[in-house]
Amino acid sequence: MIVAGIEPKAEMVHWWFATGILVLGLLFFAELVVGPEVWARRPWRRYLWPGTMFLLGLLLWPVMALYTNSMIHMVAHGSWAQVLMLSGGAELGVVRGKLHSQYWRLTSSAAMLVSGTAFLVHEQNGWFFARAAFLHHALGWTLIVASVFPFVQAIRPRSIAAASGFAMTFVVVAVLLFCDRDSAAILGHFSQFAGVPHR
Amino acid sequence: MSADIAHQLHGKEEERVARRSRVRVVLAIGPATVLAGVAWALVQPWRLTMLHPHGQGLWWLLAEPPLYVVLVGVLFRWVIAPGLVDDLEEAE
Repeated sequence: MIVAGIEPKAEMVHWWFATGILVLGLLFFAELVVGPEVWARRPWRRYLWPGTMFLLGLLLWPVMALYTNSMIHMVAHGSWAQVLMLSGGAELGVVRGKLHSQYWRLTSSAAMLVSGTAFLVHEQNGWFFARAAFLHHALGWTLIVASVFPFVQAIRPRSIAAASGFAMTFVVVAVLLFCDRDSAAILGHFSQFAGVPHR
Repeated sequence: MSADIAHQLHGKEEERVARRSRVRVVLAIGPATVLAGVAWALVQPWRLTMLHPHGQGLWWLLAEPPLYVVLVGVLFRWVIAPGLVDDLEEAE
């Protein structure tokens, strides 16, 4: 009860994660523009996005522990934490030279597929229940569809279309997360069971 | 000038133009992000708690999403972009 009184609201946590995901999106775009050779010229830069991805996975654990109020909610957040850490960890292994196969990029595809499914499975309300429900559905389907980009990258690492799609996905996910409110209308719809609406 | 040399020079010029446009894009990513954050703040000023701070708790005063977007753009421009531009020019 005391913790619930002093901890930030769920929507704020979504905005903080949106910020981290926006950083990832910009890094992916920058790498796409300059090319992998130029990007890898400074060692710290190679670790930047895998490290950020791994950190976001780590930070999802306290979110799971403090913000989940049902079993399915907890499983969803726990699975995101695990797959983000797996994806970030695998990419860290690749840039460190410990892992060599291009197919490690498949972990990013798996991370997006699991995250998207978790979004859809743990959202119990329909699309137009409230903005948060709408965004959960939108995020879930966005991630599931976008999981094809890292899958293509694993097979064709030089594919510009796949790399662009992968970068764009992170920007779209960041925008959707920034739009989140704990209770707000979506396109004029707001369920009477969704609480007091905010702007 | 032989056709081979002219062709090589033309190819190098094309490469240089492509590299220059890459530099421009890298330098534009940060400001474009800042612009998006500022536009968002203008369109939805109620998302900035600092504009109506009375009676708000600490978390609400820290939660300023449009400013987060601006901050990401500024950090990208100051921390990431300069090194990338240097490396692009060195690669040339």
